[in-house]
Amino acid sequence: MSETQIPPDVTVDSRGAGCPGPLMDLIGKIRSAEPGTVFELLTTDSSSKHDVPEWVEKSNHEVLDVVERDGYWSIFVEKH
Amino acid sequence: MTQRIVIVGGGTGGAVLANRLADRLDLTDGEVEVVVVNDGPDHVYKPTFLYIPFGKRTVEDASQPLVDLLDRRIRLVIDRVTGIDTDGKWLTLADGSTIAYDYLVLATGSKLVPEQVPGLAEGGHHFYDAEGASRLRDALAEFESGHLVLSVIGVPHMCPPAPLEFVFMADEWFRERGRRDDVEITYTYPIQRIHGLAPVAEWAQPRFEERDIHAETFFNPDEVDPEGKVIHTMEGTELSYDLLVAIPPHTGDPMIAEAGLGDDGWVAVDNHTLEATNAEDVYAIGDTADVPTSKAGSVAHYEAGVIADRLLSEIQGRVPTDRYGGKTICFIEGGMDEATFIEFDYERPPVPRPENPFVHWAKLAYNESYWLTARGHM
Repeated sequence: MSETQIPPDVTVDSRGAGCPGPLMDLIGKIRSAEPGTVFELLTTDSSSKHDVPEWVEKSNHEVLDVVERDGYWSIFVEKH
Repeated sequence: MTQRIVIVGGGTGGAVLANRLADRLDLTDGEVEVVVVNDGPDHVYKPTFLYIPFGKRTVEDASQPLVDLLDRRIRLVIDRVTGIDTDGKWLTLADGSTIAYDYLVLATGSKLVPEQVPGLAEGGHHFYDAEGASRLRDALAEFESGHLVLSVIGVPHMCPPAPLEFVFMADEWFRERGRRDDVEITYTYPIQRIHGLAPVAEWAQPRFEERDIHAETFFNPDEVDPEGKVIHTMEGTELSYDLLVAIPPHTGDPMIAEAGLGDDGWVAVDNHTLEATNAEDVYAIGDTADVPTSKAGSVAHYEAGVIADRLLSEIQGRVPTDRYGGKTICFIEGGMDEATFIEFDYERPPVPRPENPFVHWAKLAYNESYWLTARGHM
């Protein structure tokens, strides 16, 4: 995993999120955002590493990076 | 000098908190005043709405006057708060008056905003308020055949189990009426499974298959064509319907974002103390608080106990110690006469047990005795 210097426009802190969960938290924020907005999703759920890119690809947005940090992951997504 | 606690919102969080404080304080000695400001006279118990489309409950069952539920030493103000000054510690009301606070608790809850999805208000039904549930009752009563779609659009939304409950109840309701073979039921969900909580999705999935309920996942509607009766999604897919029941987009009260307390009307808080991160002496409870668990009544109920304890400690000059660990419980109807329930928190995921009639009766019994909760007794 690379270190990244992408500055996010919006940080979605879903660490510890049980219900509805990190991907739903991200979708809720992306829906109402302007194209070009960069999100940083913070998640402690390891399945986010594949769930989030799977949805992002289906909905034609872009995963910029997935960074493993101390006890959680940062997933950088740009809305197209 | 009297210390004033102002609670904005008289729903589950606001009412339970106010009554818990009244229970533990002498509100007649001039030391502490508790004020509840609500934008209407009634307290609404929203779980009733699920039963209205199926003719099991009426709109009148869903609400009672706040004045009957709140301890009479609590000052109830019926008005809408339009502005919050967190530096000066005062609120502006719609009638132009202001009210100062020493401690503020925001309990303003969720608003439905179907207009965020073009065509949804015209083309879709919902059961998330009294008017919507009543309209849906009429539409279901006349729905003889065709494609019923239950689409989860709002993220987040109140009561995450309710979409599953609706399709399980609808499936059985149509069977009871001999119409199930003429009705196709499809349930759509935003992510790759049929519920946000993986254990709940695993519990529900085989039941979908047994009962011939179709599921469309990774499905995020961004437009509804009410004439052509088609849903279009962010993922580029589409789905035709004859009767659309949607879980609409939700937002919080706009004055919360205006006051710099959080995005989308949800207040940014410490997940355990429920104190606002962007202001002193401000708390949030229930849907209003941006915590990593469901927008559910049980959350507001448990948070009320924690906030009451912390406020009392503050007022009495002691270090607050009570913490909210994310405790949430949800009943889940599995049809018309069986239910299960789940309990979870920030650390422990839920473990759904097989549904049975006893839990269904427990849910109905709780719905009747909920008013004791609102009064602070349970």
